[in-house]
Amino acid sequence: MENSVFDQLLAKFKDPISKPSSSWWILLVAMLMIIAVGLFALIQQIVHGHIVTGMRDHVVWGVFIVNFIFFLGIGYAGAILAGIFHLTRLQWAKPLHRIAVWFSLIGLCVGPIFIFLCVGRLDRIHYLFTHARIQSPITWDVMAILTNLILVSTYLYIAHIRDFAKLRDTDVFDLPKWKRKLYNKLALNYRGTHEQNHRLNRAQNGLAATMIPAAIVADSLLAWLFGMSLRPGWHSTLFAPEFILVAIYSGVALLIVLMWFYRRKYQLDNLMTNQHFQYAGYLLLLLCLGFAYFTLSEYITEWYNINETHERWLDKFLTIGEFGIMSFAAIGFAIVIPLIILIIPRFRNAGSITVVSGLILIGLWLKRYLIIVPTLETPHLPIQDIRPEYVNYQATWVEWSLSLAGFALGVVLLLLLNYLAPSIPVADIERDDEIVVPKPFYKTSNE
Amino acid sequence: MEEKNIQGRRNFFRKSLAAGLMSAGGLSVLNGCTKETSEGGEKIKVMTTDGRLVEVDSTSLKSVSTEPAVGAEARKGIPGRKFVMVIDLGRCKNAGACTTSCQKGHDLAADQDWMKILLLRNTKETEPYWFPKPCFHCDNPPCVKVCPVDATFKRDDGIVLVDNDRCIGCKFCMSACPYSARIFNWEDPPESEIEDVEYSPETSVPAKVGTIGKCDFCPDLSRKGELPHCVTGCPNGAIYFGDANEDAVSNGEEMVRLQTLLTDRSAYRHLEELGTEPRVYYLPPTERMFPYERGLEGLSEEEMALYDDIL
Repeated sequence: MENSVFDQLLAKFKDPISKPSSSWWILLVAMLMIIAVGLFALIQQIVHGHIVTGMRDHVVWGVFIVNFIFFLGIGYAGAILAGIFHLTRLQWAKPLHRIAVWFSLIGLCVGPIFIFLCVGRLDRIHYLFTHARIQSPITWDVMAILTNLILVSTYLYIAHIRDFAKLRDTDVFDLPKWKRKLYNKLALNYRGTHEQNHRLNRAQNGLAATMIPAAIVADSLLAWLFGMSLRPGWHSTLFAPEFILVAIYSGVALLIVLMWFYRRKYQLDNLMTNQHFQYAGYLLLLLCLGFAYFTLSEYITEWYNINETHERWLDKFLTIGEFGIMSFAAIGFAIVIPLIILIIPRFRNAGSITVVSGLILIGLWLKRYLIIVPTLETPHLPIQDIRPEYVNYQATWVEWSLSLAGFALGVVLLLLLNYLAPSIPVADIERDDEIVVPKPFYKTSNE
Repeated sequence: MEEKNIQGRRNFFRKSLAAGLMSAGGLSVLNGCTKETSEGGEKIKVMTTDGRLVEVDSTSLKSVSTEPAVGAEARKGIPGRKFVMVIDLGRCKNAGACTTSCQKGHDLAADQDWMKILLLRNTKETEPYWFPKPCFHCDNPPCVKVCPVDATFKRDDGIVLVDNDRCIGCKFCMSACPYSARIFNWEDPPESEIEDVEYSPETSVPAKVGTIGKCDFCPDLSRKGELPHCVTGCPNGAIYFGDANEDAVSNGEEMVRLQTLLTDRSAYRHLEELGTEPRVYYLPPTERMFPYERGLEGLSEEEMALYDDIL
């Protein structure tokens, strides 16, 4: 077999598909160690009860549910982005497609773990099915998450079949026997015939078209877990659209960070060009403005709410001793800094856009914290309790180690997916027979 | 017909034939009343659950169980009852006896307040007042709506209960309750004096780690014809409890007409605007038995600091 440009591309993924490098192993072991600490914390929580967490009778959920929203947001955003990339046949976005599908699956796998950590009786978790009540937004969420998990994992599989076939047939690197056999099974006898391609395309079109609305519905349901309660700060019609926008915003930011990482690791500069970063930067800017708009709407309408509980709630965001610093950090990381970097062309390059994306991810995690904790600390009736931990929430080491373990699990899943397939759909790009790169909107002087 | 019913109910009330509401839980009920009986026992007037006054032979009366209901039975409620609570804010001086007797009755730890006394103040110009807060047993309960596994439910007698054999501890009901009435069992319940009792949602005993607990309106006591722990515990008779169907409530000292009490004293329900339809009414502190400062006597500095925003 001649060594085409696409075979050379596949050969770049020798590590880890053929033979994982030591750095791959080190990262895996490090992440597994973090997960082990998390498991130890989980045992503490199960043996001693939720008393070992910072959660108490007012703030009944803490960083666990923050992570739940964060990961599910990434999961839904990945599904929406992958679906759009596929359906629009945006050719230059093809190298980004697989990354989006991957983090979609990872978000949908890791997110639900965090809601289980909020549950006091894990031994009865099957009651969610055996005694399900359709009125409960939790039941909606269970159905939505499962639906999306099935859709995304099926889509992920379908989108990998051509590459599985390529890996089955490839001779650019050695594969362990079992792995060759696995690819043989997974490729479902795909030989690239017209009929097979037609069927694959139809399946992928249908799934993509289902995945996008399913993710939008599911993220709305996630918002309604909170929006359906009568609490100041939660009972808002704005919640579902805001959740969706924030989710996509975090998804695009994560896509940029991973794109930067993969470009560097596998020297994919011809597939992930600076123009990719510029375009992703425009999208980020648009979402940033949308996020700023939602944030302003949320707070300014509450500012005009003269109800005493609402006033107490809003004050917490402006008071340094309460959530002031955190809300300024969230606005700084996810609105102000991105706007400055993304609007001014001189500041806009692959590196700065990636750093901004990292900051956005932090800012949006903080935003989720600000959605949950201040509201739970502001019930209608005042909290008159001499136990300080019942008044103000403070996450404990148990919650932090389990949170870190969740992120580590995300990395582990990414490493495993990397071990299974290249992070760009090589065979799909090969079918186009050329590598399409985005062109700038206008010619700059140095081109 | 309607008129007759009301008349019948009034007669019933006046004569206190069945020894009044408080024996109601243990009140005898009809046994085979559809059958014509020819035994020559004494005729007794009793009211049926739908409010009709009927005469039956005393020999066909049989006592109902006064044991707390378990399982599916605990979800139905005591037939014909609509429990209601009225709290006279003018009589509360933060004695805390309602809280402690509730804790004793439900085998709770000293920091688990199913009945919590808050200090509230409506405006800067008006006096603060002490506000005992049980579960409001709403007729439109936000907690029940959101429960994913039917572990908390609304019964026909108006009571909202928690089945801690069913509860998965997701705490969604806690976040949904606008009145912060629910308490989580964050750790294993303390060693109990009450041992080997069968769990009933009506007694809420024994508690289970990882599940929700809250004021249950003591239906187990109602079955025995007794008043809830908080009512009997209150030294000032601030808490009235009873049955809206019978239009009667008692604070353990006096039995009063519910409607009269609510009307005469301009009763209100807390945060009425939320539309949750609480079954707990408050009487504004118009005729105060104590100045509110009495409730501050003997408080530690730490406890006084809780009221900085109010005072």
